[in-house]
Formats: sequence, structure tokens, C-alpha cells
Amino acid sequence: MLKGEPFLTAAVYAAKRPDFWPATGSKLWSAVVALAVFAAVVGLLMFLADRAPKRGRDVVQLLLFVSPALALLAVGLIWPALQTIWQSVTDQHGGFVGLDNYTTIFTDPTMLMVIRNTVVWVVLVPLLSTGVGLAYAVFIDRSRGEKILKSLVFMPMAISFVGASIIWRFMYAYRAEGFPQIGFVNQLLVWIGVNPQQFTASSPMNTFYLIIIMVWIQTGFAMVVFSAAIKGVPPELTEAAALDGASGWSRFWNVTVPWIRGSIVVVVTTITIATLKVFDIVRTVTAGQFNTSVVANEMYARAFRLGQPELGAALAVLLFIMVIPIIIYNVRVMRSHREAR
Amino acid sequence: MSAAVAPEPIARVDNSSKAARVKQRLTSSSATIAAIVIAALWTIPTLGLFVSSFRPEKHIANSGWWSVFSSDNWGWTLENYRTVLFESGSSSANLGSYFVNSLVIAIPGTIFPLVIALMAAYAFAWIPFKGSSWLFVMVFTLQIVPLQMALIPMLRIFSSDWLHISGSYTAVWVAHTIFGLPLAIFLLHNFISEIPRDVMEAARVDGATHTQMFLRVVIPLSVPAIASLAIFQFLWVWNDLLVALVFSGGGVDVAPVTQRLGELSGSRGQDWEVMTAAAFISIIVPLIVFFSLQRYFVRGLLAGSTKG
Repeated sequence: MLKGEPFLTAAVYAAKRPDFWPATGSKLWSAVVALAVFAAVVGLLMFLADRAPKRGRDVVQLLLFVSPALALLAVGLIWPALQTIWQSVTDQHGGFVGLDNYTTIFTDPTMLMVIRNTVVWVVLVPLLSTGVGLAYAVFIDRSRGEKILKSLVFMPMAISFVGASIIWRFMYAYRAEGFPQIGFVNQLLVWIGVNPQQFTASSPMNTFYLIIIMVWIQTGFAMVVFSAAIKGVPPELTEAAALDGASGWSRFWNVTVPWIRGSIVVVVTTITIATLKVFDIVRTVTAGQFNTSVVANEMYARAFRLGQPELGAALAVLLFIMVIPIIIYNVRVMRSHREAR
Repeated sequence: MSAAVAPEPIARVDNSSKAARVKQRLTSSSATIAAIVIAALWTIPTLGLFVSSFRPEKHIANSGWWSVFSSDNWGWTLENYRTVLFESGSSSANLGSYFVNSLVIAIPGTIFPLVIALMAAYAFAWIPFKGSSWLFVMVFTLQIVPLQMALIPMLRIFSSDWLHISGSYTAVWVAHTIFGLPLAIFLLHNFISEIPRDVMEAARVDGATHTQMFLRVVIPLSVPAIASLAIFQFLWVWNDLLVALVFSGGGVDVAPVTQRLGELSGSRGQDWEVMTAAAFISIIVPLIVFFSLQRYFVRGLLAGSTKG
């Protein structure tokens, strides 16, 4: 193909492919049919709600409005969650084994590595994303071009974890010393006179390089929340502190940070929970090899690839248990915060 | 950026300009430099991928994208996109088909949970019944259950003889609908319960039934919340990998772009002319949504940050 070939050619090429368009047509058709069926069901529910007999009308209407959601949640979330808990205390044949699976999780060397990695993720990602996000929000606050500067850092938030992983795999791409580098990070190393590294393959630092991907994604979220919160700091406060001779640094710590404390708790909680469940990045970049696996990745691997669903179930429950204290802490802080106001 | 404050007209000595004056003394040139460095660090990775996706294979494999301006490395092509999207063959990316799958998954995957959640949220907010608040708290609590807790049994249900929908669009739609419900109900309830009682009473006095009130009062008034949530749910479904891996079956008939991208990363991960174009195709839709609807996106994200 010649370079600069018009994109039109691609469409022409596609049109020549005998299998693409019929398949696409039938896929789109199935979406249309599904939407139509769904609309019909919802329409029927509404119709029935309208025609309900006068006696007990409220109850009937209520049931018709609420039951689709409750039924789906009961069958698709509550019941499966209970089954998962049960499965986590049974063996492959369904016999009760008590906490054996959990013992495995906390004694098997691979599993211990997985848990250790998860802890590293959960400590570093919220810390770095929150720190960088807050710093950036303060730096660009009320500056010229604030909107654009915000968009640039916020953008990775819209991208899928898989997409972000590919982007960073390309950043980390490795060519042996002496060859032209194609990964930007290695090129930077070469420019400053350091040998290129195999970032994703060299344990234990590779976990840190994967963490950077998550930080890259989450910082924008932290920054946007903090940026909104900072704008709520009353200017009188900062001004008064300034008149008292407080430096920028001390105004930041003594005025801004206390004022946005609630936002900080929300952001840290949200990012921590997202990090606990991180799966796509590890799976896409290393597939859990080179000692990089984390709980969510291991859960998927055990349950759906390695035929050890009972271990997968135990890992899922472990994830759930790890989320709970974070939520409780969050609720507590929020409550005391509200009372303090 | 430290020079952001032009002399203000006297009439506008309000809070914001006061704050700006304080600010001006606060921002230093080192802060400016730090901000620029961060902005660059956050932009370069995507930019590098984007530039590279238009480079011919021989260039992309032998030189960095930052060196495109040297005459040896100069050269542009759309060949990568053509190959990745439309070329057929067992080892080809065939991303065009997966892109269609993503659309077919994401559109109903957004509409289904939203409509069901709207109905439930309305009932929780405006139809008084015993145990209403208790049920609502339960739904709210379900937000913290990681979806990993539901995957294994749900796959078993979907694969059972009487249902047998595993590996179909239906399975993926149903899964996304269920996982999207707790957050959607919670947020919509917050919004719908804020509708002034007078408005609802007026409709009621006019003889409107619950269905009519739902369709003619609640939905029109909730458009901002619905828009934010729709964008958020759409992106969540479009970007999802885990649900697709478990329920889509992985074939070209159903699997979304993200799943194919993950596979390619394993099988052809070093063919950067394929990977860059493929990755960009997968992120183009979220980027368009992001840049065109950023305001709603931010709102939805701030509200929806507890999803999972």
C-alpha cells in the first residue's frame, strides 16, 4: 500500500468483505430487537400499573415499579454473593472444608506474593494519585488555561484500563542497548546515559511500573474533585492567613487542606477501592507473570482459567472483606465531619 | 500562569478577584514549572501512541515516534488502521467486528439499567410503603459488593441448561444491567426525591396516575441526572474487560474491543503497528464522549465514584 492512502479505501475494502456487513447487520438487528422487547416489557408494566384495580392500587403499582430491579439484584447479586461465600468454604466437590481455602491463601507462597503486591498497590496508588492530583489542582487553580490544563490530566480517566495498559506498554517498550529505542521511557534513560531496562519483566520493581499506569489514570479524578473543592475555600480565610504573614506552604496546610478534608477522604476511599479491584492492567501488561499478580487478577485466573473456583471464590470474599473497613472508616469520618461543622 | 490576573474593573472587586489576588502571591514559578511537567507527563503517552499509529511498520519498529522529524523516519500511512479494522484472516485483529460488538453491548447495556433504575428510584422516592427505606438502604449497601463476588455463580446460572445464554449478547447485557443497578438507583433516588413536593402534588390533584407522573413529571425533570449517569454507565460498559471476559465467550460474534485488545496484547504484543492502531480505535469513542460531554462526564464521575 502507498503511504497516505485515503481512508476511503478502507471502507471500499470493507465493502468487499463478504462476511463483515451481513454479520454487522444481524448484530445491530439483535440490539434493536432487544431494545424493542425491553420497551414492550416496560410498557406492559406501566400499562398494568395504570389499570390496577382501585383497591390496593398503591401496592400493585409499587410492586410493578420496584420488582424488576429487586428481582435482578436478588438473582444476580445477592444470591450469587451468598453462593460465592459458601463456595469459598467448600472443596472442588462441594464438600465443606471450613477455612482451608483461606489457609491456602495465607500460606501458599504464590498467594502471599499476590497479597503483598495488592497491599503495595493499595498503599501507593491512592497516595501518589492524591498527592499529585492535589498538587496539580493547587498549581493550576485560577490560572490561565486552567480548563485545558485540567482536560489534559483528566483525559486518561475516560480511557479503558486496557487501552491505558497498551499505551504504557508502548512507553516501556524495550530494545537492547545500542539499538534505537522505540519506548519513550527507555529513550529518556539512554539520553541521560543509563542502560535501557525491561520494565515489565524485572521483579520486584515491575509492580511499581504497573502502579504508575493506575496513578496515571486516577490522578485526573483526584485533581477534578480537589479543584472543585479548592474553589469552595472562602477567600477571606486565605486572605486573613496571608495578612497574618503565613507563607503559601503554611496556608496550604492550615487553611486549604483542613477545608477540603472531606473531599480528600472521598477521593482516597474511591481510589483505594478501585485499586483493590484492579485487574485489567495486570492482566494486559504481564498477565500476572513476573511476580506481578494481584488479588483480583488471581481471582479471575483461579476461577476461570486454572479450574480452582473455590480458591477464586475465597479470593473474591477476601476482596469484599478488604473493602468493608475502608467503607466503615469513610462513613465514620464523614459523620464526625458533619457533626464538627 | 502566575500572571493570570489582569487589572479588574473596579465594579468587579468581588470574591473571585480577591481570591485571585491572594492566589497571585501564592503561585510561584516553580509551581508553574511543576504544573507544566505534570501536564506533559500525562499527555505524552497518549500522544506517542496516536502519532505512532500513523507510522509505517518499518519506521515504527526501528525508531521512536519522537524522531519522526528526521528525514529517515518521516512517513505516514493509514495502512495500520485498514489492516487492524478490516483485514480478515485467522491472525488478523479484525477489530471492525469487535468495534460493532462494543456498540451493540454498550447501548442496551446503558439503557436497560437506567430505565429499570429510574422506575425503582421513583417508587422508592414517591410511593410510600412500609419497609421502603429499609429496602433502599439494602440496595445502597449492595454498591460495596465487588462484582467478583457474583461472577462464578452468575456464569453457572447463565450456562445452565434451562437458560443457556452464556456467550451471547444477552448474558453481557444482563450482567451489566445488574452490576449497574445499585449505583444508578442510589443516584437517581437522590435526584428524584429532591423534586419539590408541590410539583408532584399538583400533578396528583390533576388526576395523574403514577405512570403518568413518572413519564410526564419525573423523567423530564431528571434529564440532567439521567444524562450524567448515561455517560458514566456507557463509558463503564465500553471500557469494561472483566464482565466481557467472563460472559462474552470471547468470539468475534460477541466480544467487545477491549477483550480483543487484551488478546492481541498477548499474541501480537510486539507488533506495534497493530497495537497502536488497535488501542487508538478502542479509546476513540471514550475520547469523543469525554471531549464533547466533559461537563456531564465530570458530574457523573463525581457522583458515581463509588461504582464497583
